[in-house]
Amino acid sequence: MELLLNIVIYLPLFGVLLLLLVRKDEWVRWSSLLITTATFVLSLPLLLQFDITATGSAQYLTVGEPFLGDWDVKYMVGLDGLSMLLFMLTTFMAPIVVLSSWSSINKHVAGFYSMLLILQTGSLGVFAALDLFMFYVFFELTQIPMFFLIGIWGGKDRIYATVKFFIYTLVGWLLMLVALIYVGYAAGNMVNDGVFTTDWRLLTDHAFQLGLVEQTWLFLAFGFAFCIKVPIFPFHSWLPLAHTEAPTAGSVVLAAIALKMGTYAVLRYLIPLFPNAAIAFAPMFAVLGVIGIIYGALVAMVQKDVKKLVAYSSISHLGFVVLGMFAFNTIGAQGAIIQMVNHGLSTGALFIIVGMLYERRHTRWISDFGGIARKMPVFTVMFMIATLASIGLPGLNGFVGEFLILVGTFNSEVLGSYWYAVIGALGVILAAVYMLWMFQRVMFGPVTNEENNKLTDINAREIGLLIPIMLFIVWIGVRPTDFTKYSEAEVTHLLEDTRTRAATIAQNTADDRLPGWASRLYDVTPQMVSNVKHENQEE
Amino acid sequence: MGLDTLILLSLIVLFLPLAGFAVLVFFGKRLPRQGDWLATGLVTVSLLLSLVILFARLTSPESVTAGWTWAQFGGIPGIGEVTVELGILIDNLSAIMLVVVALISTLVHFFSMGYLEGDVRYSRYFAYLGFFTFSMIGIVLTHNLLMMYIFWELVGLSSYLLIGHWYEKKSASNAAMKAFIVNRIGDAGMFIGIMIIFVHFATFSFDAIFSAVAAGNLPFESQAWLTAAGVLIFCGAIGKSAQFPLHVWLPDAMEGPTPVSALIHAATMVAAGVFLVARMFPLFTADALLVIAYVGAATALLAATIAITQYDIKKVLAWSTISQLGYMILALGVGAYAAGFMHLVTHAAFKAGLFLGSGAVIYAMHAALHKQHDHDTDAQDIRNMGGLRSRMPVTYWTFLIFTLAISGIPLTSGFLSKDEILAGTLAFSTLNGHWLLPLIAFGVAGMTAFYMFRLLILTFHGKPADSKRLSMIREVPGVMAIPLIILAALSTFIFYSFNPLGASSGWLFQALARPASVVPEAFAPATWPVFYEAISRVHTPVMILSIIIAVAGVAFAWLVYERRSVSADKMAGVMGPLYRGSRNKWYFDEMYEAVFVNGTLALTRISNWFDFNVIDGIVNGAGTVTRGVSKISGWIDNVFIDGLVNFLANITGSIGMRMRKIQTGSVQNYLVFGVFGFLIITIVLLSI
Repeated sequence: MELLLNIVIYLPLFGVLLLLLVRKDEWVRWSSLLITTATFVLSLPLLLQFDITATGSAQYLTVGEPFLGDWDVKYMVGLDGLSMLLFMLTTFMAPIVVLSSWSSINKHVAGFYSMLLILQTGSLGVFAALDLFMFYVFFELTQIPMFFLIGIWGGKDRIYATVKFFIYTLVGWLLMLVALIYVGYAAGNMVNDGVFTTDWRLLTDHAFQLGLVEQTWLFLAFGFAFCIKVPIFPFHSWLPLAHTEAPTAGSVVLAAIALKMGTYAVLRYLIPLFPNAAIAFAPMFAVLGVIGIIYGALVAMVQKDVKKLVAYSSISHLGFVVLGMFAFNTIGAQGAIIQMVNHGLSTGALFIIVGMLYERRHTRWISDFGGIARKMPVFTVMFMIATLASIGLPGLNGFVGEFLILVGTFNSEVLGSYWYAVIGALGVILAAVYMLWMFQRVMFGPVTNEENNKLTDINAREIGLLIPIMLFIVWIGVRPTDFTKYSEAEVTHLLEDTRTRAATIAQNTADDRLPGWASRLYDVTPQMVSNVKHENQEE
Repeated sequence: MGLDTLILLSLIVLFLPLAGFAVLVFFGKRLPRQGDWLATGLVTVSLLLSLVILFARLTSPESVTAGWTWAQFGGIPGIGEVTVELGILIDNLSAIMLVVVALISTLVHFFSMGYLEGDVRYSRYFAYLGFFTFSMIGIVLTHNLLMMYIFWELVGLSSYLLIGHWYEKKSASNAAMKAFIVNRIGDAGMFIGIMIIFVHFATFSFDAIFSAVAAGNLPFESQAWLTAAGVLIFCGAIGKSAQFPLHVWLPDAMEGPTPVSALIHAATMVAAGVFLVARMFPLFTADALLVIAYVGAATALLAATIAITQYDIKKVLAWSTISQLGYMILALGVGAYAAGFMHLVTHAAFKAGLFLGSGAVIYAMHAALHKQHDHDTDAQDIRNMGGLRSRMPVTYWTFLIFTLAISGIPLTSGFLSKDEILAGTLAFSTLNGHWLLPLIAFGVAGMTAFYMFRLLILTFHGKPADSKRLSMIREVPGVMAIPLIILAALSTFIFYSFNPLGASSGWLFQALARPASVVPEAFAPATWPVFYEAISRVHTPVMILSIIIAVAGVAFAWLVYERRSVSADKMAGVMGPLYRGSRNKWYFDEMYEAVFVNGTLALTRISNWFDFNVIDGIVNGAGTVTRGVSKISGWIDNVFIDGLVNFLANITGSIGMRMRKIQTGSVQNYLVFGVFGFLIITIVLLSI
């Protein structure tokens, strides 16, 4: 199985060689479909064999030899409850993405699909990597193909969009790289006999205790990088632009997979590595999450471009994810994970759907549409399901995520206020407003634009690529535990472990050694200590 | 009958309409008659089975519940593992409601076969009806709050789809969206209420919540929180049952096909709010119930004053629905539990009948206008009708019975339930002095009789607006007439109580015994024995008064619109601003448009501006600053750093150029330089 995991990760990358061999565009498309489908099929055993009760250590673990001289930086991949669902989401979406660009990409076809495949390997690597350094390397591997996808195959302002996207993200991640090196040395000194290490197992070791001041700065550096990637308000301004200018496939990958790297990294690294800082900053992140929910919805409402509207709705949805993660309880974090998957499915579907409209009409302006429902009945059904999933209708996937997150937040000890959940719940009203209003203007009413009379309904390929997404939208909505069970044990373990380590560090820190701001910031810690003690006694 | 069988039956009742939906959505167009027979047949089976359930329920003492684990969550602080169950609860309340829903749904299915014949999306319409029936039955049968919320939203969705059935019309798609969004506002409150309950009790199940509260376990250990939770959950009912201040969506929802208005926006879905209040009744504190009572009273009064001046036949009925829903809510609020719920049942029959009757009128008007090639006259405006009695006898006589029922005239079902509500409201005020409530209740009763007979007289009596058109009006076909006759029969007293003047001895009233409050005594409403005694004291005077008021309302309408002894226009003139306010629905739509819609739009524009100019501006600014700095450093690099290098190179070069002159290539010169050099070095060395 370890081998299989590696095959799944690298198959797309080696598939690029195949693409370079074949000549005709049509063959390139079929080969890409074959490779991505094979990747998905091969990844299924990983899911089926996965032990959902195991915690604390990854499964299918491959540990390589250190490759950076004296540093303990090694190739290390594996899957655990945090990454399993997102890994599967990535392999699942890839064939769909290939199919979605079947007829819309006619320029440098081989190049386009090569970029998608490289991106695929990079993304899978990001979710499977268990060495912080490898995570960074895989992450950079996703940035470059994305840069070209937007820059070459994008819309009118593609160069501006891609440069902004690339540089903005890079600025954050370079700052993180500096922090990462600091963490590597610190961990080396504390838990690895003085040898620089970025091994995730050592970074979450109980003996690895960063001081509170160090934690603050490192947390902010990592947090800054992840905030940009998610993106969390107010670091989001690259996103609408990149989404709008990217080709359909690019937008789908960006929404479904790439944005998840940020939120995933928060849960995987930001919270467990800097436990005290994460708890102390949780209310601030929750505030940003709530602002994101409301603000994203408000800005989405006035967009005249359908694609931009969907892009801003992403900011709103990701606000929920952030809120759930910083609720610091299993139910909230579980909601966050399932919401990541949900957002990938429903927003991915929405981008595909908008792409289908664009391919037919070469416009994304809402005012150019109207009355399309009559012309494209099958399309209407798909669009409506995706819209309803996006506004969190019960019975579809979005509701499950929002529900878990809000319940988790409402009762969060760390956040300590129910207002986050109350305002978040009000955001659900706004979601209905902007999505249904858009849907009405695009689909309903009389046909006002003559061009729209020529529209043809979606073809078999287009139906075929949407059906699997719709299936999962309903499946998650009706039987959420089929999915949440994969992450439950690991999430519970991770949060408990984080809180225990936070308590230990706080206990070991003498208050008088802290600078004033730090002792004020970590005011929460004595209480945390007593809570954990209390819980331990009960057990 | 075994309990398991009962549960199984209820599941069949629940899923049959869903099966119809699934088949019709995918294969509807390929089935003969587009599958209307399938949808109707399945719902009819559901009706028969729900009758079986009702009889089984009424003959056995215990209510039945069954649950299945849906999801398990861990890690709720202080609680730990939580299991969320899906489940069924069959008690008298749900069994009665089940029959109401299945019955009206079945009749509406039949009626629709005639009404929507030849419609562009005929099979889709029946599919959505099935989906609605499924969701509504889900609300009725559930044994927990979460499922209630889930089906609550699904009902909202089916309402959205059915209001927007003719989505090519801008007004229809606007109304659909408005209905969904206004409902969502109420639902958000309900959701927060459910969260308060859930995070404290770690369960959604009604029984478990009630027994926890009964054991003295209050959310956050305070009765204020319990009141808040109750009022928040009631917000869901405010939205769905179109109570003030979220009543604005229901009149617009009349854009949907008329049978839909009968089923969803009169008889069942809008009654879901009343059902919710009845279901959660034990949980409400006295304060929460008082809020509920006043909201109901305000709604009843507001809607009745508006109904008086409307001319669209469906709009009059819509406002009257809102008003009657207010009545039910008021009744539950004052503690007249059985009366309120009984009014739901009787109202479902006569109001569905009124809507179907109006549908028959509109259908006939459309046909006549079509023959006249008249596309401008509004087929729903009662000023274009008049005298239809002679051409549509079945519709007229059934409509008359429904109108008598809603006006509360004895021998009808409406009299029974309304009389109990009035008695309950008055009894409540004798206990604690809220005299405004019975005042409103009696006033609304009079107004209802007046505006309903106004509608009846203007539509069916008097001179026709256009006698040529009248001659083209035809009675509706049997498939539409028979549901009207059935509903008319159900609007008489006999089905609810053998005593035409008292509901309390009837089976329905007996079956709806008020559940005991679980709230600590100090905050609970007056107990049933106390309340019942108060009712007994006022019952006879109330009955006489209510008959007098209803008859007075009818008589006044007769004078104004039939005899024309009082001029309606003159009255409107005298009323002045009151008339205009009522005509314009007290400007609620305009007010909401100005405050909430425009407010939100302004906020979105500000946010958008902020996003583009400030947030992105900072990012771009950072980019510009970086570029500026790099330009400066580029210039420094070019001028100084590179200048220094070039300077050195130039110096070296120019020195080289000068030195070059020495290189003449002539041996004599070199010899001379060599000798001189040797001499200089020697002199220097010697001098040292």
